Amino acid sequence: MLHGTVIILTSFAYLGLLFAIAYYADKRADAGRSVIASPYIYSLSLAVYATAWTFYGSVGRAASDGVGFLPIYIGPTLMIALWWVVLRKILRISKQNRITSLADFIASRYGKSALLGGLVTIIAVIGILPYISLQLKAVSNSFTILVQYPEIIMPTQIGAAPLRQDTALWVALILAAFTIAFGTRHLDAAEHHPGMVAAIAFESLVKLLAFLAVGVFVTFGIYNGFGDLFARAAAEPKLRAMLTPLEGVAGSYANWVWLTILSMMAIMFLPRQFQIAVIENVDEKHLNKAIWLFPLYMVAINVFVLPIAFGGLLRFPDGGVDADAFVLTLPMAEKRELLALLVFIGGLSAATGMVIVETIALSTMVCNDLVMPLLLRMRSLKLNQRRDLTGLLLGIRRGAIVLIILLGYLYFRLAGEAYALVSIGLISFAAVAQFAPAILGGIFWKGGTRAGALCGLLAGFAVWFYTLLLPALARSGWLPIGLLEHGPFGIELLKPLQLFGLSGLDQINHAMIWSMIANIGAYVGVSLSVSPSADEHRQASLFVDVFKQTGESGGARFWRGTASVPDLYSLLARFLGSAAADGAFGEYASAKGERWPSDRLVADAGLVHHVEVQLAGAIGAASARIMVASVVKEEALTINEVREILDEASQVVAYSHRLEQKSSELEAATSELRAANERLKELDRLKDDFVSTVTHELRTPLTSIRAFTDILLDHPDVELETRKKFLGIITKETERLTRLINQVLDLAKIESGKAEWIESPIDLKEVISDTLAAMGPLFRENKITLEARLPERVSPVNADLDRMIQVMLNLLSNAVKFCDRSNGRIGVALLEYDGCLRVDVRDNGRGISLEDQAAVFNKFRQVGDTLTDKPHGSGLGLHISRQIVEHFGGRMWVESELGGGACFSFTLPAGAAAGKRRA
Amino acid sequence: MRKKILIADDEPNIVAALEFLLQQGGHEVLTAKNGEQALQLVEAHVPDLVLLDVMMPQKSGYEVCQRIRGRPEWQHIKIVMLSAKGRDVEVSKGLTLGANLYVTKPFSTRELMTKIDGLLESGSQPGPP
Repeated sequence: MLHGTVIILTSFAYLGLLFAIAYYADKRADAGRSVIASPYIYSLSLAVYATAWTFYGSVGRAASDGVGFLPIYIGPTLMIALWWVVLRKILRISKQNRITSLADFIASRYGKSALLGGLVTIIAVIGILPYISLQLKAVSNSFTILVQYPEIIMPTQIGAAPLRQDTALWVALILAAFTIAFGTRHLDAAEHHPGMVAAIAFESLVKLLAFLAVGVFVTFGIYNGFGDLFARAAAEPKLRAMLTPLEGVAGSYANWVWLTILSMMAIMFLPRQFQIAVIENVDEKHLNKAIWLFPLYMVAINVFVLPIAFGGLLRFPDGGVDADAFVLTLPMAEKRELLALLVFIGGLSAATGMVIVETIALSTMVCNDLVMPLLLRMRSLKLNQRRDLTGLLLGIRRGAIVLIILLGYLYFRLAGEAYALVSIGLISFAAVAQFAPAILGGIFWKGGTRAGALCGLLAGFAVWFYTLLLPALARSGWLPIGLLEHGPFGIELLKPLQLFGLSGLDQINHAMIWSMIANIGAYVGVSLSVSPSADEHRQASLFVDVFKQTGESGGARFWRGTASVPDLYSLLARFLGSAAADGAFGEYASAKGERWPSDRLVADAGLVHHVEVQLAGAIGAASARIMVASVVKEEALTINEVREILDEASQVVAYSHRLEQKSSELEAATSELRAANERLKELDRLKDDFVSTVTHELRTPLTSIRAFTDILLDHPDVELETRKKFLGIITKETERLTRLINQVLDLAKIESGKAEWIESPIDLKEVISDTLAAMGPLFRENKITLEARLPERVSPVNADLDRMIQVMLNLLSNAVKFCDRSNGRIGVALLEYDGCLRVDVRDNGRGISLEDQAAVFNKFRQVGDTLTDKPHGSGLGLHISRQIVEHFGGRMWVESELGGGACFSFTLPAGAAAGKRRA
Repeated sequence: MRKKILIADDEPNIVAALEFLLQQGGHEVLTAKNGEQALQLVEAHVPDLVLLDVMMPQKSGYEVCQRIRGRPEWQHIKIVMLSAKGRDVEVSKGLTLGANLYVTKPFSTRELMTKIDGLLESGSQPGPP
């Protein structure tokens, strides 16, 4: 027989034990030998995630959905894989900025906005109320059931019980008292509660052991192991379906995905998880172990969920027993008093842990981010002049704790009956998921602004309220149920459960989709359209670039103003007490190489920042900002100044980056120089070659001239005929010399860009006919047949007339030179196509080999016909001709085969195309 | 004393001038307009002296000189190189290859004829290497 008194005494004994652990841990922490400085304690304390909802509700969910309870535990496990990226960053930011809560974190990120902090607090409190009520419901239900032992009777009419006899109310009050005892015994600047963390780690062990005990008892005590249990379950058609989770209900996949995402957000952003994982964390390195220990805990506490659910369904097939209570009723049905009592203690443990941490986190938020900023703004209260505010702060927090737990109780009275445990919890999950865009966006995206965060949170919370909280109240009869069936004012499109006609989804998924669309849309949209203030700009930079900063004084760079040391000291003393204030100033002074108290301490940006950070640890960033502003005369930095400071910091990074860059640039420059030097040498060599070639070409005719002059001088007796011949040679060689000199000068002019080009529209056909006529005698002399194919009319080209005659003369005299000696034929053709005029000059000489074809246009490159006489020419003609043609936008090339003659061609743009080139 | 002299140059006017002068001096003159042709004539007639232009098509004067000096039975042939290329490196290259004389164009015909006569009289000893 389990008498109520036994249960109550056991419960108090257990709570007393928790308190003793907390007390001991606090003492140890004060002595500097904290028991919580261990990754195992940290990992166990994270298991505050598993509440009475897990303890009782998982089995309840499994009994109706099979493995459908799993996403709530898969989510955190997945999220933990991302902790290294996300949580580590949040941890670092929080430690540097002395963040005291989730609301403080968001408020700080968006320019220490008191408004945002207040909004987050309100959303968190309202959002978490269902969750707290769920703990109260679980504890009071389990108590009510256990008291009936050995009978198994469900507590059907809780709400109807008179207030004084309502177990839930008593539970609420007792929990409130314990929470106050745990969390607000004294005010800590860093908001650390080592005792609470130790107690939570312990209760995590207790609830796990209790649950495992039931699991082992059901699986191996009632049945013969997993095989036996699952075989029996499989024999029942109703139960077999549960083993195949993704069949049946439409949208099951979507449900799994959404539930997983939802719980991923919950493990990060539930206020109690944030409190334990971030605020209470004492060493960033603990994360490394928690990353695998915590998932292990999740697995352990879920292993026996299905066996217990099946056991319960097999044991109570008629549905008379609420599946949420299977964990308790199975030992009871088997007459195991002690096991049942252990289960009750396990459930109580889970609920207590959750309520304590959650309300401490929420009360910190209510105090620091909601009440204090309001009180500080009310000048009539003259808070600024009060000597010691620590009492006030503690009072506010204690009041908040009682209020929050009682509001949870109220929700339980109002809506508790309508939902199973899991569904109540999910409503809270969906509420805290609204923080995700503002936080995740805030730590990875500098563009997120205060206005964006405000709008996103408001929009998401509004949708959450409308699609989740409203229906809960309606179902419980507090609002007309017609609201759900027909929508407000009969507008079907606005039905809270099928918003804008979206149906076929689980209520939670439906709410998540719409609230996330509204939240993220508003956050991103507004952030992009409203430009941030200087404060926001600075905070965004401090948060997003947290790993790039050194030391804790990042914020000090952004302050300019005047303050006095006594003012700052008395401010800190008012909120933290003078002992803590002395400690804080001593710490700062010793960092500066001074002893506190010291006259030499200057109230510079560093000290003001130090005081603000200390203060923020007690009253939150937004309040601390207001308080500090009241004692210092601050000059606001403009956004440009903040940018400059940020730029300065990034310049240091950029400088070393630039140094690296410079040395590689230097290397590149060196090799460029080397290449340039090579190129210069090459040019020098080419110039030498040119000079040497020109000299050679000049000396050759000079040699003949000199030789024949000598001969004529020394041999006056030479016959007249011979003398005439010799004089003729001298004349020809002189002409050759003149021509060569002219062409070298011409080339020099063209290449140096000093040549004068007289550009005018000219008729190329006329140029060709005139040249051919002029060369007629030469053709006849060499017995060359000329075939000219010229059209009637062609478009004019823009070119220099004399230059074009020069080109034609060069090509034709080359053709004469290289023509077949006995049966010479030269073909000249003029064509017009594609806006171009093309001239071909073809000879029937021995042709030019492929490798020589490219070379013939080079300077002094003559391809002589050695079977006949050496061709006379400077070797510059073709080179100059090509330069002329290219100057007028044309092209010159040769096509030839050895033995098949050669055809030199060039094109020039005609008519409109020529005009275009000039433009 | 009538000697057999080969003129090898691709400039017909220079060949004509030298041919006139040497014939006036009473020598038997052979002419070639490239290196290949020059070697054929050396093979066929084994002249006493060769006037070699350096820049010739097909085989350069250097090459022809080298071939002649490669044959023991032609060691007595005097070689005079004529070139418009008068830089020291070019001169010393010609002399190294075994030319008896390196003359830079343009030249005084009187001086050249005197030098040729001197060479022809100095017997069959090759000049300094």
